[in-house]
Parts: sequence; C-alpha cells; structure tokens
Amino acid sequence: MDWGALHTILGGVNKHSTSIGKIWLTVLFIFRIMILVVAAERVWGDEQDDFVCNTLQPGCKNVCYDHFFPISHIRLWALQLIFVSTPALLVAMHVAYRRHEKKRQFRKGDQKCEYKDIEEIRKQRFRIEGSLWWTYTSSIFFRLVFEAVFMYAFYFMYDGFRMPRLMKCNAWPCPNTVDCFVSRPTEKTVFTIFMIAVSSICILLNVAELCYLLVKFFLRRSKKPVNPKHHPNHENKEETKQNEMNELISDSCQNTVIGFSS
Amino acid sequence: MSWGFLRDLLSGVNKYSTGIGRIWVAVVFIFRLLIYIVAAENIWKYEHDEFECNIKQPGCENVCFDHFFPVSHISLWALQLIMVSTPSLLVVFHVAYRENREKHHNQKLYRSVGEIDGGLLCTYLTSLILKTGFEIVFLFLFYKLYNGFKVPRLVKCDIRPCPNTVECYISKPTEKMIFLYFLVATSCLCIVLNLSELSYLIFK
Repeated sequence: MDWGALHTILGGVNKHSTSIGKIWLTVLFIFRIMILVVAAERVWGDEQDDFVCNTLQPGCKNVCYDHFFPISHIRLWALQLIFVSTPALLVAMHVAYRRHEKKRQFRKGDQKCEYKDIEEIRKQRFRIEGSLWWTYTSSIFFRLVFEAVFMYAFYFMYDGFRMPRLMKCNAWPCPNTVDCFVSRPTEKTVFTIFMIAVSSICILLNVAELCYLLVKFFLRRSKKPVNPKHHPNHENKEETKQNEMNELISDSCQNTVIGFSS
Repeated sequence: MSWGFLRDLLSGVNKYSTGIGRIWVAVVFIFRLLIYIVAAENIWKYEHDEFECNIKQPGCENVCFDHFFPVSHISLWALQLIMVSTPSLLVVFHVAYRENREKHHNQKLYRSVGEIDGGLLCTYLTSLILKTGFEIVFLFLFYKLYNGFKVPRLVKCDIRPCPNTVECYISKPTEKMIFLYFLVATSCLCIVLNLSELSYLIFK
C-alpha cells in the first residue's frame, strides 16, 4: 500500500478526462510523485539526525529543529499531492453513478437504453457534458485552490523557497543564540525549486483545461439551436478520431507510468 | 502481510456498500491509510532516539519516555485504523453465507445476494454502529492518554532513577500535533459519514 494505490484509483479517471487532463495526470505521477518517492525522500531522510547546533545543551537541538521546521517539506508535499489528486475522485464517483443508472435502466429492459450488454456500459466513455461537466469543472477548480493554498503555505512557513545553511536560534533551553546547521541545504533548495516549478506547471495546465472547458461550453450553447437532434452520446467522425487519439496517448502514458511505478 | 491486506479487504467491502459507504472507504484509504503510510510513520520513526533528557543518568531517558508515552501515538493510530475497518468484514461474511445457502439449496433464495435487506440490513447496521463506537473509543483514548491532542515541546520527569526533576524534550512536537489534529478531523468526518449512512438506511 503506497502511492501505487493512488495511481490505481486515479488511473480510472484518466479515461474520462480531456487531453490536458491526461497530460496533468502524467505530470503529476512522473514529475511529482515519482520524484518525491525516488529522490526527495532520500534527501530529507536524515534531516533531524544531521541537523547540528553549536551547543552541548541537551534539548536545544530538538527545540530549534521544531521551531524552524514546524512541518517538514516532504510531509507538506505528500499532503499537497494527496489533496490535489482527490478532486479527481469526484469525477470517478459521478461516472460510477452514471454507469450504475445505465445498468439499472438496462436491467429494467428500458426501450430507450441503446446498449447491447452490460460490458458495453462498463467500457463506455462518457463525454464531458451536462452534470458531468459541472463535476469536472468543480474538480479542476478545487485542484487549483489546493495547489495555490499549499504553495502559499510553503512560502509563508519557510520565508521563500531557499533553504539556508545556517539558522540562529535562541529558544529555551538554548543558553544563548546558537548557530544551527541544516544538512544538505543546496540539494534541498534545488528540489524545492523543482517541486515549485512543477506545481506551477500543473497550475497552468489546470487553468488551460478550465478555459478549454469554458470555451467548449459556450461554443456548444451557441451551436444548440442549429442542431436540436444532436444526441448526447453519439459522436461524429472527427470526435471519434480525436477520442481514439486521446485513448492512444493515455494508453501510452499509462504504460510508461505503470512501468515506473512498480 | 502489510497494509496492502487491509486495502484488499476494504476493496471487497466496497461492492456491498451504499453510496455513502463508498465515500467512507475512499476517505479511509486516501485520507487515513495513505497519509499514515507516506507521512505519519516517518515522523514517529525515531521518536525514542530523538527523545532527549537533560541528564546523563543511564535509564532516566528510557523511564521518562515510557512514562509519557505508554502507547505511542503511531501505534494507537495503527490500531484505530485496523479496528475501524474490521466491522465491514461482518457484511462480507454475511454475503458469503447467503451465497453458500443458495448453493446448498440449489435455488435462488434471495432477490440479489448483495442487496441490503432483511438480515443483511441488520448486519450492515451493526457494522456501522461498531465502526462509530470504535472511532469514539479511540478518540477518547487519545484524549485521555495524552491530555488533549497537544504535544508539548518539554516535559518534566522525576521518576527513579532520575535523580531530580529533569527536563525532557520531545522531537518534532509541532509536526506531530498537526498530524494528530488531522487524525482527529478525519475520524470525526468518518463518524459523520457513518451516522448519515445509519440514518439513511433506517429511514429508507
């Protein structure tokens, strides 16, 4: 049980995302979660052991460490990644609910149901429109909010994104102002800047996806009177082709990610 | 044998749950189990090594640590996760019993083996009550054992063999406190979900 479980849960959402959503998911898994697990945890692994204060006074190191690192970078990132991934679950739940309704219709023998069997319902990819559009858009909005909140929390707690080499501490029981030295400050700064940069890229991707969805929504509304018989689940030729391309991209991304995550 | 076992267990339960039940499983997986494994375990990993007392007397640190942490936060957390997830097994067992009965009598005895009605409804309600009970018991235990959910930076200890009242410093108290509050918040959320599921099933 680890980040792989999150990947399994979110992998299902991939099918019902836009192309930008699929790119976002790939960036999340490869450039954030993988980097966190493979590299960052090693860099921050020895943080309190190698945090050294220039005093023999017992307890001073503990208190100073706690004062300068109320919550470690690595834990903040883990929390950020979990919170940022969770809104996608709203979409997964909505899709599951729709599938459940369609299965119920199918079992009742409803004439209106156009599926031949349950397998087809299970495999069907829903288009992002109607109530699913609202769920999807809200999930992107929440993602943006969480990203922004965590970036701000980071900036606020650590006075910027640089890790200093030396910190001066005079919290009790330190007898006077002692110098405390952080372990691997440069490596930590590099990783912090990297994670912040990838966070910003993810924010941009989310904003782009939001704009794309809004534009699609307004275009669809303006097209509506011209094409009243348009069935929500029929796809025309171009959309089918686009969806096939999306599936190909997502499958190749999935295979790459699966290959890494094990 | 690790947390993967609990994950598989809960995935099995998901099939026979109501909508709120599935939200509960998602909350337990992601906000409790995953947080525990990727974050909390590491914070408490070296808690004894990093617990420092202002004295050289051998044995004093050990005795003081044991006095202030009879059961470590992280062990209590793990126990809570296990106890809270287990009542769901009752539902799985009951469904398996129903399937066995149908096989034994070689005829369809129930409209649907997994449908929550009759005896299965009682089992489901019992599991919900047990889950809520365990959550409340563990929250109360945390509160009683540690005098609230705060983790102090400094504790004063004067148990033998410490020669006098010595000061002992706990490592990473702020981080521990943040995650304890997180634990309490998710526990309360799970209690609310369980109670709403209970009322939904009773008034259906």
